[in-house]
Amino acid sequence: MTTGFQSAPDTPHYVDLRARLAKRDRGLRDKVMSLSEAIGTIADGDHVAIGGNTFSRTPFAAIWELVRQQKKRLTVSRSITSTEGDFLLAGGCVDKYMTSWFSQGILWGLSRVMRDFVENGKVTYEEWSHMSLGMMYRAGALGIPFLPTRVMMGSGMPEALVTSLETMTCPYSGDKLLLLPALNPNVALIHVQRADKYGNAQYDGLPFMDADMAMAADRVILTTEKIISNDDIRNAPDHTKIPFMAVDAVVEVPYGAAPHECAGFYEPFYKHMDEYADFTRKNGVPGALDYMQEHIFEPRDWTGFLKKLGVGLPN
Amino acid sequence: MGKHQMNQTYTTSELLSVMCSRVMPDGAIIFAGVGVPLLGATLAQRLHAPKLTILFEGGIIGPFIQPGRLPSSTNEMRTAEKANMLLNPTDVLALLQRGYVDIGFIGGAQIDQYANVNSSYIGSYRQPAPRLPGSGGGNDISSLVETIVIMPHEKKRFVENVDFITSPGYVAGGNSRKDAGLISGGVLKVITNLCVFDCDAVTRRLCVRALHPGVTIDAVLDNMGFRPEIPDDLETSEPPTGEELEILRELDPTRIYLK
Repeated sequence: MTTGFQSAPDTPHYVDLRARLAKRDRGLRDKVMSLSEAIGTIADGDHVAIGGNTFSRTPFAAIWELVRQQKKRLTVSRSITSTEGDFLLAGGCVDKYMTSWFSQGILWGLSRVMRDFVENGKVTYEEWSHMSLGMMYRAGALGIPFLPTRVMMGSGMPEALVTSLETMTCPYSGDKLLLLPALNPNVALIHVQRADKYGNAQYDGLPFMDADMAMAADRVILTTEKIISNDDIRNAPDHTKIPFMAVDAVVEVPYGAAPHECAGFYEPFYKHMDEYADFTRKNGVPGALDYMQEHIFEPRDWTGFLKKLGVGLPN
Repeated sequence: MGKHQMNQTYTTSELLSVMCSRVMPDGAIIFAGVGVPLLGATLAQRLHAPKLTILFEGGIIGPFIQPGRLPSSTNEMRTAEKANMLLNPTDVLALLQRGYVDIGFIGGAQIDQYANVNSSYIGSYRQPAPRLPGSGGGNDISSLVETIVIMPHEKKRFVENVDFITSPGYVAGGNSRKDAGLISGGVLKVITNLCVFDCDAVTRRLCVRALHPGVTIDAVLDNMGFRPEIPDDLETSEPPTGEELEILRELDPTRIYLK
């Protein structure tokens, strides 16, 4: 445990956090733009948080474009990581990865790509518990520097982190508590079923940590299966999970979570996921790069990638 | 090798799922992963525990999983079939901390004499080989509620001290779990394909409680890297029934998990 005051690496000071928010144009304005334009706002070195979990409502098109734009030195956080983590690592985009779990999925076993990067020290890898990461986004969303919790104590996890964690004795109960630092990502990438042009976002199915992540972040890039009218939003405002004022870019991307799932629209593309697993099973990181060449770098646009998945979009 | 074992007509996963199912009381709220605990829970719901509620870390309260549509992640929509409520994972995991959950189920790569589980690193965390998928909600479950560990009974998995504690059991034994700040929960049982352990009330070391049909204590010990406590009065588990096996095979017809 450390002494004295020092910010956890991904927790900006409150005054700076407020200043960054104050500079944003939070008005009710049209934020629709292209995928490349939206992802172009991400700077090398940013902390990028990824919505959804495992292969569910992953903002896959946004990650696909981020890898194509060859972003560098990112910190990436996502509590449960699947194939998108492989592409970000193998694509050379990541300096630091924060997660509770990393595998394509239990059916496919260990990630060859993650193993190569972590075992050979090519990435700073922080393993947190699932709830801990969730509470860190929540602390970020609440504008407080930490949340106390009763997990991760007695385990090896705190010692293995780069972040040095503090504990405290609760002044009310005398209980020992672990203090989870707030996480305020620079950018949150979130995929939803529907949103309006202002960024009012509604999603169905599992909500994951998206709302906390959005409110914690400096900026939110939203991809949506469909852009709907503001009237439709106002007719069902109780379904809006992320308000327009937190959103900076809205991109309409049909099948924007493919080959992962998007509730109510499509299930995971299991066959394609099997095919990707074959690439890495045979050939590790070079196998992943072969897949990426064919599926990420070569297609002219997102529609070109969808064709490879066997999805044809109506004109 | 005993007579039952030679005649056995069930796989390791089937045996584990059945043993898992039998420790789930009706009306209980359990926190499970996909795979064996989910098969066990769904089996329990069909037999003795229709009011059993399953929670998944993906944010799911009380689903009923459909035969032949077993989910492959706790964080996907198949896991949410016929659920009562879908929550943020943070909030469903907070139910563990609040105390709503009776039993949590976890697995892992290694377990040690104090029921600590490793699902993170083999070797040193500074230079692991291999680096494993990690905690997910495992650490949250074992830190907060009474936990049952499901583990294939293999020498490489049952080690005196795990390489890394991902999910704490009784840490270094005695009162060390409480001293570390974990004032609730603890490992209730460890269920393997050979036997059932619990933890000694004082030393907190693994203690063999029941042998599965046809299994000898020697078979248990030969497949472990340390010697657990062995009481004089060992129980014997009832073998899986035809009905239990039939339901399991209906749930997982393509044997995704019933390997």
